[in-house]
Amino acid sequence: MKVVFLGATKGMGRALAQKMAARGDALVLLGRDAKSLEESAKDLELRGAAGCVHTGLCDLTRSDEFAQAFESAHKVLEGFDCVVVTAGAFDSQDVLEADAAACQRLLDINFTRTILFCEEARKRLLAQGGGKLCVFSSVAGERARKPVILYGSTKAGLTYYLEGLDHKYHALGLEVITVKPGFVNTGMTAGLSPPPFAGEPEGVATVVLAAIDRGRPVVFAPGVWCWVMALIRSLPRAVMRRLNF
Amino acid sequence: MAELMGWGRFPRVEGLELVSEDLEAISRGAILSRGLGRSYGDASLPPQGQGPVASTRLANRLLAFNGDTGVLRAEAGFCLADFNSLFLPLGWASPVTPGTRYVSLGGMVASDVHGKNHHVAGCFGEHVRALRMRVADGRILDVSENQEPELFHATLGGLGLTGHLLEVEFVLEKVPSAWVWAENQQVENFSELIACLREASDTWPMTVAWVDSLSKGDALGRGIVMKGRWARPDQAPSQAPASKSAFSVPLDFPEWVLSKTSVQLFNRAYFCKEGKSGKSGIVHPYAFFYPLDRLQDWNRIYGRRGFIQYQCVIPKQDADEIGKQLLKTLAASDEGSFLSVVKDCGRQGKGMISFPMPGISLAFDVPMRGDSTRALVRKLNEIVLEAGGRIYLAKDALTSAETYRAMDPRWEAWNGVRRQWDPDGKLRSALSVRLFGD
Repeated sequence: MKVVFLGATKGMGRALAQKMAARGDALVLLGRDAKSLEESAKDLELRGAAGCVHTGLCDLTRSDEFAQAFESAHKVLEGFDCVVVTAGAFDSQDVLEADAAACQRLLDINFTRTILFCEEARKRLLAQGGGKLCVFSSVAGERARKPVILYGSTKAGLTYYLEGLDHKYHALGLEVITVKPGFVNTGMTAGLSPPPFAGEPEGVATVVLAAIDRGRPVVFAPGVWCWVMALIRSLPRAVMRRLNF
Repeated sequence: MAELMGWGRFPRVEGLELVSEDLEAISRGAILSRGLGRSYGDASLPPQGQGPVASTRLANRLLAFNGDTGVLRAEAGFCLADFNSLFLPLGWASPVTPGTRYVSLGGMVASDVHGKNHHVAGCFGEHVRALRMRVADGRILDVSENQEPELFHATLGGLGLTGHLLEVEFVLEKVPSAWVWAENQQVENFSELIACLREASDTWPMTVAWVDSLSKGDALGRGIVMKGRWARPDQAPSQAPASKSAFSVPLDFPEWVLSKTSVQLFNRAYFCKEGKSGKSGIVHPYAFFYPLDRLQDWNRIYGRRGFIQYQCVIPKQDADEIGKQLLKTLAASDEGSFLSVVKDCGRQGKGMISFPMPGISLAFDVPMRGDSTRALVRKLNEIVLEAGGRIYLAKDALTSAETYRAMDPRWEAWNGVRRQWDPDGKLRSALSVRLFGD
């Protein structure tokens, strides 16, 4: 598989990219930290990635650069069949409520810019006759909850968008994989006390890679979160008003 | 703040753990680094309420590998499980592997781990070429036999107390196949077990023995001696060993599950499984090196209060007698040990306070039941001290400073080096407070 990867240097993205490399996939890494991208590229080469792992600077806040990033990736890979997006922003509800600038930034990155990036990926993949688009949304987008209202609403919007893509373009060969991670122990969640069923990046990566291979449209990771969220979605409003999770 | 604990789940402390891929950033100002928390007692824990500690587990990048010399360099959080799945199929093995593959490179250095091949390969530290570490004053140093050798030797087995390990460079072992040729042999009592281990160590590069800790009388110390070597290509299956599915223990077991009776039943069944004649053949490397990894979170079997792993090494000459005395003491206590392991150790390593020395090492798992467990460890320690042996700090949680210092006088020289690099005592752990008076 030839993969263009946005967010492979950290957390679940790193674990997924490492699994892809270990089985010999070819990768181009996009991101905004040149040094970290280089170090990850080296790591992935040593783990067995096919050929040289190239990197390209691509900041999610600068959507005017997306086309160029895809263009370069297309050149070095001589076409690609998979785009993975794990990048995203996170802040706690308290911080976002108190700081309008931080709030705007998070809404912008997680919703507007991510979708613009996916739009670019969609066009490229369809132009080549199809491919896979795997995007990390979140279980926070499944039901509005007090600690993740703003973050969750960006993910709800993203999930909605990805579902629409699947409906419209599946017949044309675009396989959209929406990943809904539950609580996973990464740098993003450091300092929060993990709930039951917290996952590890490596376990998530295994589940997601299988979903990409099979073209499963929606995947919860760890899988148990599918049932946890089904339960939470079924709770009446009166209960949600009282709960604090 | 979160509750932190080692693999034995005793003790538990409140502490702040910083988690990031950027080890250089989080090690600045941290009082200790910890990897996957596989040391049993308090070696990877901050003193209660102090911190922060830097978690290395997300810093897992490979940095360089030379296919001609077998020298590998990686970040301290790189996990041995990852190593095995990437490098075993290529014909490279870790020169030393402990009993679990869920350890970080940093942890392997900090505990200077040993394995079934200790009698030929020594500790992990003997295969380490260089370390990059952040010392207490904040500087990042490259240390090796040639650069700051004293700090290098103090850091191998130094329990993370000489600085934060950032990168580890070590030499891999070229193996003829990724599979193991193993032979098991049933032995009827402890004397036979020791003799059999000793004999096996001349011809087998990997040996270990399991002991039925609840056997008594003539059968005291009966068990199974396991011997192995990397299989020749013509013996091994042509495909690389697949990683096996694991079961996990989903919850803390209630304490009655591990009664003396259930342990006795398990031990009997395990002993009989092998049969008299002994079996030999090709074995999956994970089944040979990491039998317990099949059962993820097996430490939860011991319930909420956790357990102690007691591991000591005693000099060769009295091993038979002292070993029996330790087994009798254990059997006389209220609790039996599920898994008791005996291994003959080779030469003392490079690490200034590394555990092994020539002799016989014994390890027991004992449920933590408060004062009775403390008393048992005290009794075992008395026997070991008297015999001129010592304990493994990566397993310990209960030994007093006085006893430990009497067992291992090397601590003073090591602590001197440590103090040269950390005069203000910035780096510390719950263990260092307990044993080194920090």
